[in-house]
Amino acid sequence: MKITLKVWRQKNIQSKGQFETYQVEANEHMSFLEMMDVLNESLIAEKKDPVSFEHDCREGICGTCNMVINGQPHGPMKGTTVCQLHMRSFKDGDTIVVEPWRAKAFPLVKDLVVDRSAFDRIIQAGGYVSVNTGQAQDANAIPIEKDTASDAFDAATCIGCGACVAACPNASAMLFTSAKVSHLAQLPQGKVESKKRVQAMVNQMDDEGFGMCSNVGACEAECPKEISIENIALMNREYFGSVVGSETSV
Amino acid sequence: MELKSNVPEGALAEKWTKYRSTMNLVAPNNKRRIDIIVVGTGLAGASAAATLGELGYNVKAFTFHDSPRRAHSIAAQGGINAAKNYQNDGDSVYRLFYDTIKGGDYRSREANVHRLAEASRNIIDQCVAQGVPFAREYGGLLANRSFGGVQVSRTFYARGQTGQQLLLGAYQALSRQISLGNVEMYNRHEMLDLVKIDGKARGIIARNLLNGKLERFAAHCVVLATGGYGNVFYLSTNAMGSNVTAAWRAVRRGALMANPCFTQIHPTCIPVSGDYQSKLTLMSESLRNDGRVWVPKKKEDAEAIRNGQKTGLDIAEDDRDYYLERRYPAFGNLVPRDVASRAAKIECDKGHGVSPTGLAVFLDFAAAIERYGKSRAHSLGLHNPNAAKIRELGEKVVEEKYGNLFQMYEKITGENPYKMPMKIYPAVHYTMGGLWVDYNLETNVPGLFALGEANFSDHGANRLGASALMQGLADGYFVIPYTIGQFLSKEIRTPSISPDHEAFATAEEHTREQLQKLINVKGNQSVESFHRRLGKIIWDYCGMSRSAEGLTKARQMVRELREEFWKDVFVPGDMDEFNPELEKAARVADFMELGELMIIDALDRNESCGGHFREEYQTPEGEALRNDKDYTYVAAWEWDDNDPVLHKEELQFDNVELKTRSYK
Repeated sequence: MKITLKVWRQKNIQSKGQFETYQVEANEHMSFLEMMDVLNESLIAEKKDPVSFEHDCREGICGTCNMVINGQPHGPMKGTTVCQLHMRSFKDGDTIVVEPWRAKAFPLVKDLVVDRSAFDRIIQAGGYVSVNTGQAQDANAIPIEKDTASDAFDAATCIGCGACVAACPNASAMLFTSAKVSHLAQLPQGKVESKKRVQAMVNQMDDEGFGMCSNVGACEAECPKEISIENIALMNREYFGSVVGSETSV
Repeated sequence: MELKSNVPEGALAEKWTKYRSTMNLVAPNNKRRIDIIVVGTGLAGASAAATLGELGYNVKAFTFHDSPRRAHSIAAQGGINAAKNYQNDGDSVYRLFYDTIKGGDYRSREANVHRLAEASRNIIDQCVAQGVPFAREYGGLLANRSFGGVQVSRTFYARGQTGQQLLLGAYQALSRQISLGNVEMYNRHEMLDLVKIDGKARGIIARNLLNGKLERFAAHCVVLATGGYGNVFYLSTNAMGSNVTAAWRAVRRGALMANPCFTQIHPTCIPVSGDYQSKLTLMSESLRNDGRVWVPKKKEDAEAIRNGQKTGLDIAEDDRDYYLERRYPAFGNLVPRDVASRAAKIECDKGHGVSPTGLAVFLDFAAAIERYGKSRAHSLGLHNPNAAKIRELGEKVVEEKYGNLFQMYEKITGENPYKMPMKIYPAVHYTMGGLWVDYNLETNVPGLFALGEANFSDHGANRLGASALMQGLADGYFVIPYTIGQFLSKEIRTPSISPDHEAFATAEEHTREQLQKLINVKGNQSVESFHRRLGKIIWDYCGMSRSAEGLTKARQMVRELREEFWKDVFVPGDMDEFNPELEKAARVADFMELGELMIIDALDRNESCGGHFREEYQTPEGEALRNDKDYTYVAAWEWDDNDPVLHKEELQFDNVELKTRSYK
C-alpha cells in the first residue's frame, strides 16, 4: 500500500517546526512503527536525518511511544498504543498526519520526541506507599475483596504515556494523576496516607503547568489502556475530603 | 585468575541466614558519606536503588530511558514465583530451590539458588505492602497459577501484566527515595564506560542523550542492573532499546562474561510474518496452563493449513498430535521452555508447521473454554446448558484470566484466538548468561556488582518461567543491600571519589574517540541493516540448535560482518546532539563482539544442556545429553579481541544429585 505521510519535523525547542511530506511503501501487516522504520531506512539511505520518535517495547506496555496520528493520540484504534496499531487500519493511498504530543508541560525535544518527566515528578510527590524494604507483614495478612483488588488493578494499568494530556484541550493531567491516586486509595495498604498523597500529587500537577479539567472526557476516549474517567471523580472526592478534614492549609 | 565464589560455609539452608547475621556492616553515619552508582532501573535496579537509598547511602541511579518506569521488566507477563505454599500443595523453599536447579539443567550455583528461594517469600510480602494489586480469590487471599517445569502452583500474578505491576511498585519505592533526596535520578543517561581506579570500580562515563554530552560520575562502587543481551539476535521479545552496552563496556574493562551461550528461546511467541519485522511478541507461558499445543498428524493437513485451504478447526480430534502431552506425559504442556521450544522446532522441521512460513504450531484453548464453561454453568446453577452457552461462559473465564494477552494477539495477527487456535513459535526471550558474580553479586572487578538478568548466577542453562521477576527483585531488595556492605565496610575511610581523577579523563576521551569513530565511517549501510544481518547469523548458528561446524563458520561470518560494519556503516548527525542512530550504532558494535563470544562459548561447551543444544550431543530420543564429567563448570570469559581467555569456576553439588533431567 502507498501511504503519504505528513510528519512534524523540528530540530529542537528553539527552532521552528514544520510538516514534511514523505511517500512510504507499506504493507498491511506492518505495525505503524515498522512503517516509520521503513521511512527512516529510506531517509538514511539518502543520507538524510531520520525522524526521531520514541518507542521501546513495541507491545503496548512500556508507554514510551507517543504520536498524534490524524489528530488522535495513538491513532484511530480504541485502546491501542501506536506500537500496536497496524497498517491494516489504513487504506492504500491514505494521507496520514503525524505530530508530537503538544502540551506546555511536555517540552519538545526533537521531531516527535517530548520530555514527559513531569509525570515522574507527580509520582515522586506522593504516588507511593511509604514502606521500606523488609517492613512488610505476611502477604495474606490482610484479605482484600477480589473486586476491590480488581478495581485497583484497573487504575494501576496506566502506562504513563501521556495520551490523556495530549488529548485534552486544556492539556490536563487529571486522568494520569487520578489513576495513581485511585489505585492506592482503594487498597488498605495505600489508604493510610491517602489524604497527604492526593494533596501532594495534585499540587505537583498544578506546578508542572498542566491545565484544569473541564470534564471533556477526551482523556478516557483516547487512553490506550482505557483508564476510566471515574478515577477523576474518585480523586476529586479524595481531594475535597482531604481538604475538609485536614489541618494543613492547601 | 582464580574465581572464588565466596559461598559461605555451613549447611545449605543455613548459609544465608548465618552469613547475613555475621557479615560486616556499615554504620549509619558512614553510609551517609558513601556514594553508590546504580545503572538500570528495571526490577533489579529500581529495587536496589530504592533499598540502598532507604538504608542511607547516597545513590545515583541511571537509565537511558526517559523515565525509570520504562525499563523492559515492565513487559513481563505471566507472574512471579514464591515458595509461599499458600495452596497447601507441597511447596517449600527446598522444592523451589530444587526445581530451579533441575530446570537450569544443573549449571547454576546451589547456594545462590537456595538464597533466591528463601527471599522469594519476602518479595511477595513486600510487593503487597507497596500496593501491588495481585490477583485474588473470592475470599480475598492471593491467587496462584502454575508455570512450566513444576508441579505446584506457586506463581503469583496480576493478570498478564505482572511485570508492569511489580516494576511500578519498585518505581514508586524509587520515586519516594528520589523525593526524600536519597537517590539522584539521571534519566536519558547511557553508561558508556566503567572507570577503574587502583583496580576498583569507581565510576562511570555516561552520555546525556538529550544533548550528547559525555558526563563523569564518581562513587565508591558501581552496581549494574542493565538486563540481558537477547537483542543480539535482532528479533527477540526484548524491547528495542534493550542492549548489552553497559555490561559489555565493563567486560572491556576486565569483568568476566559467564556462560554467554546460555540463551533462552521461549516456546510461545507470535510467529515471524515478514522481513520488515522489528520485534517479536511473547504470549505468556501462563497460557500453557490452559492451552494445548498441537500440530496436524498428517503432513497434507499441515500443508493445506499453510496454503489457506484449511484452518485448525477443520482438523478432526484424531488427526491432531498433542506432541507435548504424548512425549512428556508427566508434565504435558507445562514442560520447561527449552524442552517445549525444541519440540516445536522438531515438529516444524518434519513438515508439520501451520503458518505460511512453516514455522508455527497451534496453542489451542477450545478444551479449556469448554471445561471452564461447564464449571461456571454449574456454579451458576444452570442445568443442561447448550454448547453455545458453555462456550460463552468459558470464553468469559478465559478472558478474565488472559484477556489482555488474547487482545494483544488479535491486534497483532488480526485473528480471534477465542475462535481459532493461536499460532505460536519459539523466539529469543531471555539470557541466562551474564556478568560473572560471586555469592555477594560482586564481579571479579572489586566494587563492581551485577544484579538481575545482567548476571549469570541463578538460572543455569535454562530459566524457569516466572523466575526472572523473582531474581530481579530478590537481588535488588534482599541480597545487594546486605552483600554490598562486605565491600563498602572496607571503604569507610575512602573519601569521596573525585571525577577529576585522570582515570575519568582517560575513560571520557576513550569514549569520545569511539563515538567519533562511528560517525567518521560515513559509509553506505544503515545500523539497522547490520543488526539484522548479525541477528540472522546468531539465530541460524547459535540459536535453538548448534553444531561445531556451524559455529566455526558463524564465528568467521561475524568477524567479517564486524569488519564491514566499521568500514561501511552510516551514522547520520553528530555526537553533540540528540541522536538515536548513534546510540544504536554503539550498541550494535558491542553486540558484534558479544555475538562472537557467544559462539566461542557454544563451541567450547561440548555437551547439550538446557537452552544450549549441540546437535552432536543428544540421546537417541533427541533429548539433551549433558556431560557432567567435563562440563560442570561456569565458563567465565575474559575478553580479548583475538582470543578470549576461559576461566572456569567448577560447580559443586553437595545437596542435589546430578540426574538426567526428565519430564516424561
